[in-house]
Amino acid sequence: MESFLAIGLIVGKLAVVIAILLILPIPLTWIERKIAGHIQQRLGPMRVGWHGLLQPLADGIKLLFKEDHIPVEADRFLFTLAPIIALVPPFLVFVAIPIGDSITLFGTEITLYLADMNVGLLYILAVAGIEVYGVILAGWASNSKYAVLGSLRTCAQMISYEIPMGFSVIGVVMLAQSMSLLDIVESQAGLWNIVTQPLGFFVFFVSGLAEAQRIPFDLPEAEGDLGAGYHTEYSGMRFSFFMISEYLIVVFLSALMVLLFFGGWHGIAMIPLPPVVWFLLKLSFFIWMFMWLRFTFPRYRYDQLMSIGWKVLLPLSLANILISGVFML
Amino acid sequence: MTDVTVLDEIEQDGKSTQEVLLNLGPQHPSTHGVLRLVLEMEGEYVARVDPHIGYLHRGTEKLAEDFTYTQIIPLTDRLDYLCPPSTNQAFVLAVERLLDIEAPERAQYIRVMMTELSRISGHLLIAGALPMDVGAMTVLLYTMREREMVLDLLEMICGARMHTSFCRVGGVREDLPEGFAERVREFCEIFPQRISDYERLVARNRVFLQRTKGIAVITPEDAIDLGLSGPNLRASGVDWDIRRDCPYEIYDRLDFNVIVREGGDCYDRWQCRIDEMRESTRIIEQCMRDMPQGPFQTDDPKVAFPVDKALLSCSMETQINHFELSAYGFKVPAGEIYSCVEAPKGELGFYIISDGSEKPFRMKVRAPSFVNLQALQGASNMDYLADVVAMLGSLDPVLAEVDK
Repeated sequence: MESFLAIGLIVGKLAVVIAILLILPIPLTWIERKIAGHIQQRLGPMRVGWHGLLQPLADGIKLLFKEDHIPVEADRFLFTLAPIIALVPPFLVFVAIPIGDSITLFGTEITLYLADMNVGLLYILAVAGIEVYGVILAGWASNSKYAVLGSLRTCAQMISYEIPMGFSVIGVVMLAQSMSLLDIVESQAGLWNIVTQPLGFFVFFVSGLAEAQRIPFDLPEAEGDLGAGYHTEYSGMRFSFFMISEYLIVVFLSALMVLLFFGGWHGIAMIPLPPVVWFLLKLSFFIWMFMWLRFTFPRYRYDQLMSIGWKVLLPLSLANILISGVFML
Repeated sequence: MTDVTVLDEIEQDGKSTQEVLLNLGPQHPSTHGVLRLVLEMEGEYVARVDPHIGYLHRGTEKLAEDFTYTQIIPLTDRLDYLCPPSTNQAFVLAVERLLDIEAPERAQYIRVMMTELSRISGHLLIAGALPMDVGAMTVLLYTMREREMVLDLLEMICGARMHTSFCRVGGVREDLPEGFAERVREFCEIFPQRISDYERLVARNRVFLQRTKGIAVITPEDAIDLGLSGPNLRASGVDWDIRRDCPYEIYDRLDFNVIVREGGDCYDRWQCRIDEMRESTRIIEQCMRDMPQGPFQTDDPKVAFPVDKALLSCSMETQINHFELSAYGFKVPAGEIYSCVEAPKGELGFYIISDGSEKPFRMKVRAPSFVNLQALQGASNMDYLADVVAMLGSLDPVLAEVDK
């Protein structure tokens, strides 16, 4: 009976997480368009529903009924596979992301995470890295020059930015003496890591932007020079898979920033709020940050992107490890 | 046309690689119209740029041979569709010089003011489009907000926002509407602050500076050899502005600075236009201040309708004249003329040969965008695909004018 309940709980939580993740991009597109609108002196969507609230649904219906076009010269198998490869890793990542410690409902203690792995952080970085295969395959399978150029850029960009990103979190791991995200959050109960690791956060934030392929690092889909980059040839739902994946990566990177550097669900003692609310508030702030940046910055050029990655971020992240080490001694 | 299909095979370590031909356009978000660029790419590097034009060819010059002089004015609207008043003005001036007449002073002030308004509207577009080409979408929507104000002013004058067709040989179509002066004054007060806003938004943005400073440099010598004109020439450090150096209409009475910058790169071409908008605002203010009262078109019955419309219903002579002017147009003495103005894009010239009839025997348009487009092949430090896009954006060609 006990084990049945436990399994039921896990399955229930899984279903809830998947449902939330599938629904999440819908309000996010609306919010992004509203933010864009207000930054750009316009209103954003206003027609469908109250203040355009139903606009994402209209978009969804449109995407569903769009012709699902596969170019003649494309590699049909890989072309179909690529959006799925791009979509699955962001879902997998959320297995290891806790949104709180635990709550007690109807006498049962429910943990607010699916799995507490002792290598949680490593797992997250590794799984998130798989997403790039979807993008590379999409560009390659499309058999279009713009798409290939886009995926070539992705390749180089991901390799260059995953290294400083990995290094930037080592400082955090050193402080917490653990790679489990629960332990990392617990270690910040007194003092958030942003105070002790500002450099690490900076590197993580910048490489996070590059990882999510957002402006100023959105070269894989640089509209100005590549049309739409790697998803030039995609239409309908296949195209929307890439969009959903992009939004989920933004959410997961924001969550990581909160967990690693901003104390997770620990709030400020003066303002009493439930831990989960604290976490969600901080999460929304970082998601808003991503969107805010997108509409204020131009885009870097390919070689500038590379030199920032290798000449600035990598040395900085190594210096961060060194400084953290010296202080811990 | 140069042959672009033969590609070099590059042998390296026993592996052979080939340059890739990339078709940029005619449908592409940053070709500003229907320009097609054939690029030879080595990865991200661009080995050669080969512009192909003609997708918007409408045969303006040939059409003009079958139109009367008044009918040609709407054709000129469609050349540089961002700033029609200045193309109207260029054409009308050429015909007036052939006819050896001059528009009344008030008409000249109105024309100059409208030209400067349209210069602002054209420059506003590029002020926002170049940042958009390098990825910053927001600036364009800010500049569009002010462009809307300019278009509203033009609409107030003549009812049309884009294709104004307001100039006539020997004057303009109508007098300025009531309440216009206040609206212009309002605009001239607001606008300089808004220009500073764009500068704050873009010119201090490090990413934008890295993308444009020192990119696609044109030296002064190259600029002259390529025949560049307008802001593109002045950004390379050549101090030449037709408005000041061979003044037409009332420009010699106006006080304005010619903006010259030294760098010759994408950023300087952008900044040059930003500063020119400030000067244009000053010119508009002066025009509104100094504009005399008086007729808005010449009283020469050979080319112009009677100013006093009441005459049409009581004077037989006037009625016949009106009919003939509408039906057949006016005759222009035989001869040829080249006359040019400083349009927002550069030197816009009309070369007209008249055989003494109502229609030009031949009309040739010296379109500044067409000539400026050559600079795509004359610029240095333009190695990457993204640089080509920035260069194209900073050159500010209007394809309707290129293809004619």
